[in-house]
Amino acid sequence: MFEYNFHWRPVLKTLPDLIQAGLTTLEVATLSMVIGILLGLCLALIRMNMNGPLKWFAVSWIEMARNTPALFQLFFFGFGLGAIGINLTPYTIILAGLSFNCAGYLAENFRGGFQAVPDTQLKAARCLGMNAWQAYTRIVIPQVFKVIYHPITNQMVWAVLMSSLGMLIGFRELSGETQFFASRTFRIFEYFAVTAVLYYVIVKIILAASRLLAMRLFRY
Amino acid sequence: MQDSISFFTGFGVNDLWFLGEAALKTLWISVLSISIGTLLGTFFGWVLHEGKLAATLTIAPVLDVFRSVPLIIQLVLFYNFAPIIGLNFDPFVSGVVILTFYTAALVANVARGGIEAVPPSMRRASRSLGMSYWQDLFHVVLPIGGRAVFPAWIGVVLGVMKDSALVSVLGYVELLKASQVLITRTQEPLLILAIAGAFYFALSYPISRYAHKFEQRWSK
Repeated sequence: MFEYNFHWRPVLKTLPDLIQAGLTTLEVATLSMVIGILLGLCLALIRMNMNGPLKWFAVSWIEMARNTPALFQLFFFGFGLGAIGINLTPYTIILAGLSFNCAGYLAENFRGGFQAVPDTQLKAARCLGMNAWQAYTRIVIPQVFKVIYHPITNQMVWAVLMSSLGMLIGFRELSGETQFFASRTFRIFEYFAVTAVLYYVIVKIILAASRLLAMRLFRY
Repeated sequence: MQDSISFFTGFGVNDLWFLGEAALKTLWISVLSISIGTLLGTFFGWVLHEGKLAATLTIAPVLDVFRSVPLIIQLVLFYNFAPIIGLNFDPFVSGVVILTFYTAALVANVARGGIEAVPPSMRRASRSLGMSYWQDLFHVVLPIGGRAVFPAWIGVVLGVMKDSALVSVLGYVELLKASQVLITRTQEPLLILAIAGAFYFALSYPISRYAHKFEQRWSK
């Protein structure tokens, strides 16, 4: 039927390497999500509560992250910073780019989350004698996390998918590894088909884990 | 007699035109795939809503694959798969095909949400006023559900427009690829990336602002 002969053997032989690279993908995505959540939380708080240059900085970060392609941001961290003498390793480029991007998107999610928690919660906490830090970390932020738990899960999936851009800046995560093997054996279709399956599995695992975690976290 | 030849020439006004033209290409490929993808996705969303079990077992998993595999992998896979089944697509057509399906997969969920946002009692009321099924769908569900999911749809549009940067992997010279070409020639990554970023920003930011204004007007 096809004139093309499929060769799956080289792919299967390097499957352990691909799975190993899949773990790298997961690692870099998780790390950038952790950094992104922390930065995003700060950005959201700054954007809502402060004025002056700090607010301007937060707003421009958020708008830059949301209105330019992730690949562009990676190029910026790679080539752009390289031009002014800051040479990052591919791993750092991916980590910085993804964190920058996630922080921007998550900041807006956090903002929505903060708006969804009624003001009276904060006031009540302060009335009960908590200081601002306690009120935020024990009353407000847990509720915000509950509101934006689902968006955070989505963002995590996006982070995994975005990390595939590492292929274009020479980082050997799942896609980069695939590209490497594919160009060595010229079995491009076979390699990328297997990688697509691996990504699908990774995403499904994340969604399942998130659902399990939600069941433990949010039961009453 | 010139004693040394310079391979790199500086950034000139012509290059700005080059980038502008590339930005139009980005716009063109996005408009094309978003409009076809939205129509297709709305149809899929309707099928998902009406088809119940049959649709959940057939097209839902297929659409899910488009959302769970990185776009870049989809593009490479399709570009290398098409010749196997005897189709010779150029990068532009391959890009449009994949971006269209990608958009459709994202819009399908949005459209289903829109249909489900219309209370069943309202649809029953319109049917009992003598509207046919299709009249109900076009004159009641579309305006009301459409407004409910308009922000989500704008999110998809902006996402796809930014993701169209990935078509550069196949060799289609759109905005980001053009900036890469210029960087290679002029060796001024920071300047050119800033300009390319400004173009993306100029494409994306007005849409998000305009959509926000619409939203506010409707919510009044």
